[in-house]
Amino acid sequence: MGATITDERADAIFGALADATRRDILWRALGSDLGVSELAELYPMSFAAVQKHVAVLERAGLVRKRPDGRRRVVTTDMDGLRNARAVLDHYEELWRHRIDRLHDLLGEDDPSSRPGRTPEQESDA
Amino acid sequence: MSNVEITKDIANGTLVVTSVFAATPERVWRLWADPRQLERWWGPDPYPATVVDHDLRPGGHVSYYMTGPDGDQHKGYWHITEVDPPHHLAFEDGFADSDGEPNEELPVSRSEVTIERVDDARTRLTITSVYDTSAELEQVLAMGMEQGIRAAVEQIDALLAEG
Repeated sequence: MGATITDERADAIFGALADATRRDILWRALGSDLGVSELAELYPMSFAAVQKHVAVLERAGLVRKRPDGRRRVVTTDMDGLRNARAVLDHYEELWRHRIDRLHDLLGEDDPSSRPGRTPEQESDA
Repeated sequence: MSNVEITKDIANGTLVVTSVFAATPERVWRLWADPRQLERWWGPDPYPATVVDHDLRPGGHVSYYMTGPDGDQHKGYWHITEVDPPHHLAFEDGFADSDGEPNEELPVSRSEVTIERVDDARTRLTITSVYDTSAELEQVLAMGMEQGIRAAVEQIDALLAEG
C-alpha cells in the first residue's frame, strides 16, 4: 500500500477539491459545453485565476480540456463520475459485510438460530 | 449471505441498507451502543476497529481506529446528533488525522439508524447514509483505494467464493 504515485494522485485530488471555486467549476462543467472564458465570466476573479483553477482540476484528472474551434471547452472527466458510482459500490460492499457480521454476532446468542452460514465460510480468517 | 436490501441513489449520494434480524430492538441497539459489540463488526476485514471513546449522547463522540494487516492505523470518529434508544441514532461519520483530530479535508457522511420491531421475533434495521456530493465521493474513493479497503473487500469475496 501507499505507492508514491498513488499518494501523489490522491494529494492532487484532495488539493483540487479543497477549493470552493474549483468544486463549482467541476459541477458546471458536468454535461455542459462551457469554454474557459465563459467559465471565467461566472466568477468575480480574473481570467488568469479561473484558468489556474481549471489547470489544477485538470492535473488532478477531474476535468479535461478539448479544443472546439477557437474555444477550449472544459468537461468533467467521466471517469470521475464513474468513480462516484464506484464509491457507492464500495460502500454497498462494506455494508453487506457489516450486515453479515451483525447477523453472525446475533447468531452467537443462539447458535441454533443461525440460518444460511456454514463454518467453512468463517474458517479462512 | 444474510438478508439485506441495499438501494443506491448516485445522483444524491445516498445509500440505504435494510436487514431484518431474529432479535429484539434492544438486542440490535446493543450492536451500536456497546463499544465491544461495535468493534466486532464496524471495521472491514482485515481492518478491525478498536473503539476508544464511546459517548452516545447528542453532541457526544465515538472515536475509533482500525488496524491494518501491516499494523497501519486509520482513525475515524462519529459525532452524535440524535439518540433515542433503542430505535434511533443519527451521527456524522468522518475521518481523523493521526492525532485523532477530525480531518476536514476529507468528507463527512451523515448516517441515520432506525431500529423497528417487526413482530415478537424480528427487528428491522435501516441505515441511511448520505454523502454530500459526488466530488466528495471521489475523495473517499481515492482514500479507500489508499487504504486498500477495496482490495480487502475483493479478497473477502474471493475467499467466500472459494467456499
